[in-house]
Amino acid sequence: MLALVAVHALTAVIAPALVRLWGRNALYLVALAPGATLVWALTQTAGVRDGEPVVETVTWVPQLGLGLALRMGTLSWLMVALVGGVGALVLAYSARYFRNDDPGLGRFAAVFVAFAGAMLGLVVSDDLLLLYVFWELTTVFSYLLIGSDPAKRASRRAAMQALLVTTLGGLAMLAGFVMLGQHAGSYRWSEIAGNLPGGGYLAVAVVLILLGALSKSAIFPFSFWLPGAMAAPTPVSAYLHAAAMVKGGVFLVALMGPALAEVTPWRPVLLIAGLITMFLGGWAALRQVDLKLLLAYGTVSQLGLLMVILGGGTRDTALAGVAMVLAHALFKATLFLTVGLIDHAAGTRDLRELSGLGRRAPALAVVAGLAAASMAGLPPMAGFVAKEAAVEALLHGGGADLVVLVGVLLGSVLTVAYTLRFLWGAFAGKPDVPATEMAPVSWPFLAPAAVLALAGAAAGLFAPAVDRLLAPYADLYSSADPGYHLALWHGLTPALGLSVLAVAGGAGLFHLMRRERVRATLRLPFDSATVYTRVIGAVDRLAVELTGATQRGSLPFYLGVILVVLVLLPGGALLIGAPWPQRFHVWDTPLQAVAAAVVIVAAVLAARALRRLTAMILVGVAGYGTALLFVLHGAPDLALTQFLVETVTIVMFVLVLRRLPAKFSERPIRSSRRGRVAIGVAVGAVTAGMAYVATGARQAIPISVGFPDEAVSYGGGKNVVNVTLVDIRAWDTMGEIAVLVVAATGVASLIFRRAGDLHRRADIPGDGRAEYNRPRWLTTGATTRAQSVILQVVTRLIFHAIVIFSIYLLFSGHNAPGGGFAAGLVAGLALAVRYLAGGRTELNGAAPVDAGVVLGAGLFVAVGTGVGAMLLGGEFLQSALLDFHLPVLGHVHFVTSVFFDVGVYLIVVGLVLDILRSLGAEMDRQSETESAEIRERELV
Amino acid sequence: MSPNLTYVIVVGVLVAAGVTLLLERSLTRVLMGVILLGNGANLLLLTGGRAGGPPIVGTTAPEEMSDPLPQAMILTAIVITLGMTAFLLALAYRSWHLNGHDEVQDDVEDRRIMDLAIRDEGPGTADIEGGTGDDDESTDARPVANVVEAGRAG
Repeated sequence: MLALVAVHALTAVIAPALVRLWGRNALYLVALAPGATLVWALTQTAGVRDGEPVVETVTWVPQLGLGLALRMGTLSWLMVALVGGVGALVLAYSARYFRNDDPGLGRFAAVFVAFAGAMLGLVVSDDLLLLYVFWELTTVFSYLLIGSDPAKRASRRAAMQALLVTTLGGLAMLAGFVMLGQHAGSYRWSEIAGNLPGGGYLAVAVVLILLGALSKSAIFPFSFWLPGAMAAPTPVSAYLHAAAMVKGGVFLVALMGPALAEVTPWRPVLLIAGLITMFLGGWAALRQVDLKLLLAYGTVSQLGLLMVILGGGTRDTALAGVAMVLAHALFKATLFLTVGLIDHAAGTRDLRELSGLGRRAPALAVVAGLAAASMAGLPPMAGFVAKEAAVEALLHGGGADLVVLVGVLLGSVLTVAYTLRFLWGAFAGKPDVPATEMAPVSWPFLAPAAVLALAGAAAGLFAPAVDRLLAPYADLYSSADPGYHLALWHGLTPALGLSVLAVAGGAGLFHLMRRERVRATLRLPFDSATVYTRVIGAVDRLAVELTGATQRGSLPFYLGVILVVLVLLPGGALLIGAPWPQRFHVWDTPLQAVAAAVVIVAAVLAARALRRLTAMILVGVAGYGTALLFVLHGAPDLALTQFLVETVTIVMFVLVLRRLPAKFSERPIRSSRRGRVAIGVAVGAVTAGMAYVATGARQAIPISVGFPDEAVSYGGGKNVVNVTLVDIRAWDTMGEIAVLVVAATGVASLIFRRAGDLHRRADIPGDGRAEYNRPRWLTTGATTRAQSVILQVVTRLIFHAIVIFSIYLLFSGHNAPGGGFAAGLVAGLALAVRYLAGGRTELNGAAPVDAGVVLGAGLFVAVGTGVGAMLLGGEFLQSALLDFHLPVLGHVHFVTSVFFDVGVYLIVVGLVLDILRSLGAEMDRQSETESAEIRERELV
Repeated sequence: MSPNLTYVIVVGVLVAAGVTLLLERSLTRVLMGVILLGNGANLLLLTGGRAGGPPIVGTTAPEEMSDPLPQAMILTAIVITLGMTAFLLALAYRSWHLNGHDEVQDDVEDRRIMDLAIRDEGPGTADIEGGTGDDDESTDARPVANVVEAGRAG
């Protein structure tokens, strides 16, 4: 079965190519896929008849209990045969319906056969989640087929309507499936059916599932999408919206009926919704002048009837129901194909314009007549057999069944009436309408419809054989009686009498409607199509209003909202329920208060500063104060890093601020400023409160108590913080350096305007290196008036010393304060000093490499260390200790995590170099170019 | 564990100043807010660990060491703040270069939607699709009848 679905998928992929090669005749080839389905189903007939379902399971995601479980019992077998058989015939018909030069023919073929595959999957799925997937696939393909003419607004609207309605139902159904599946612990229907929950839970699940089934099968109140779907080409209507897709809901009801029929909402919902649909559809069909729409409303009516019969929930109604599914698929597809033929040959399908077609195309009329007879329930057609079975089953039921019986009979009256209207409208000679001119109908065009019509006749004539095939499904319902059997002739039974009555009534109604021109309308107090339009309109409106109200496009507004929520919710929780600690200490050492005072004053002044430079210096002071707090806390590594970072930050700020105006451009409006300060103070208070409560609430022993021992024994280092960074929590560091690389790349992309400039040493081959390479170590290169010669020379003198110091920091970091971050920052600062002293020429001389290369090399080394450890059989980034003896240096104690730290070092150096190249050198170049341009313009 | 009041107050002030700046429109100010906020957050982490001697084996006895774990976390945070500062500075410069200022502007598209909402225009108001279709309506009052005209595709 899975193979068949795959065949469909493959065919769908190659179909457009086939159509390009052979034009419309390629559709015959494409028809082989559904044809193969029919053939396969027929080969399985014997087994299925003997009550042995074909089962196929493939495990997919065992952890989630997901599997591709397929199962073909009698019901599925019938559907598979219909999906395959009708699909193949309709494709064969399409090969003559379309013209070779029809645009979108390849797409049609692909989507059509893909739909056939999805439908096949749907009817053989045992796993409900799988069934849902196929269910939605059919919806999507139906959408594509209805909207096959995207240039037409009506077509688009109809497609969207069908999609929305059926998807909405599908989602409800999925919820129902999940409810049942979670309870049963399995999503396979064959297992769920024997393990149902009870009470309200089951009732809710059933209602949800029915929502899906009803919307798919266009049952009231979801009927309106089906007539709209007639925007699709006629072959699509014949297959999707008569034989296959709309039967999805019917199939689901039939599948679950044996297990769910006794659940409370099942029968009432199906009977009431089905009866309403039957009447509304039948009545609407009687008033149509478009033959295709007449059939569409007729389909709606028949789907209602099917729901009523299958919802009956006894063995005999089930038998009648599946027989009717078979009959309906055969006759309705035939009739749609006939309409397509008429449309093609006569150029119209308006029954007011058609006249005398019966005489001109007798073969066509016979085919349509056979199918129509089946629809009206006349012997010896399958429709007659099915209807007899339904009437008989209902006759023997209780009170409710009799009410349903009356409804079904009235429905039959309507059916007979619109069937006559169809035949009359299509084929009769009308005295006041001139005979329609029509092209002759070729036999390959007619053949598929004829085959379907004859199949309908055969199913009626050989009713006992059909009965034997379908009975295993009906027998899923327990029944005391031996049960009804399908047959053409049961003798002069009351059911036969009722059938005769219905036919006579229908004929009478048809004549009445024709003569009196009854235009009375049967309307519900509300029209679901209008409701749909209103709901969609309201949703659109809501989206506009909601977006307008919440998405103001102002970042401060969004931030404000988030922060106010922070103040209100966690802040409120702090006030109401937090365990405020009683014990606290003011400081660890009084010096902390001094450092704190510095930080506080600087922070408050920074928030009030109006000049950029002032604000920057104050922020820097706050940062150095924080570093002081780190020192007093006993965190030398932090303090070192913080000092260095603050310094690099100041350098960066200076580089950028020299280009920006001295004052902040916008003088804050006083009132909004007050609001900002209020939010700031509130957030600060809440954060302080959280810090106080969280620290006081801590009782467990910190996990880091064991770190010192582990640092020495496993990490091979005495500096616990550094070992934590490169070993114990090395993954964190790995993530962080990755972020640094991204940030550096971002900076460069923002400043360098052209992608070609992104080689971050663009000017090395030019002015920079050429001048620098002269063998005059301490002579200055391109000194301009703005640069100090003394400074340049001094920086050159100390540059190497600083770099060597940074390398010392890097390697000593494992046992003393230092490490890759601090060392990298020191080296970076050395570069910064060179740049500040001598501009970009000096920078290029000091670091004649692409910053991107340094960054990449760092990342490579860091990841390489981790991968190397893995290759040697350890964990990712696991470190190893090596002790060995070197001739001069003596005993060497070496830890592999040093390599990781080297990677970190390179990345930090690369980041700083990148910043200097972007915010420094490139910005210099840009401003020089601009001032040169300005000078030129002034000269001109 | 007993909280250190000094830290609590510094954290509060840094966050307050940081948030105040963060809500501004000038990117440079926002950036300074981020830095102050970052320092506040780092101190908040530090509050959660014990103070003591440097966590270096051999220098300090293990029971007198300050808690090394928050320190390792803060160290990465400090360097990340550096990367973030660089990026925002580049952004501020770029913004100044392109627009002549470094202010965060309101999103134009969002503004337009807001205007639609205020003026009660846009989808879902007047032009409700359905009833009045663009095709002829002689056959049936139902809107779906309009669709039939599209029936023969291809």
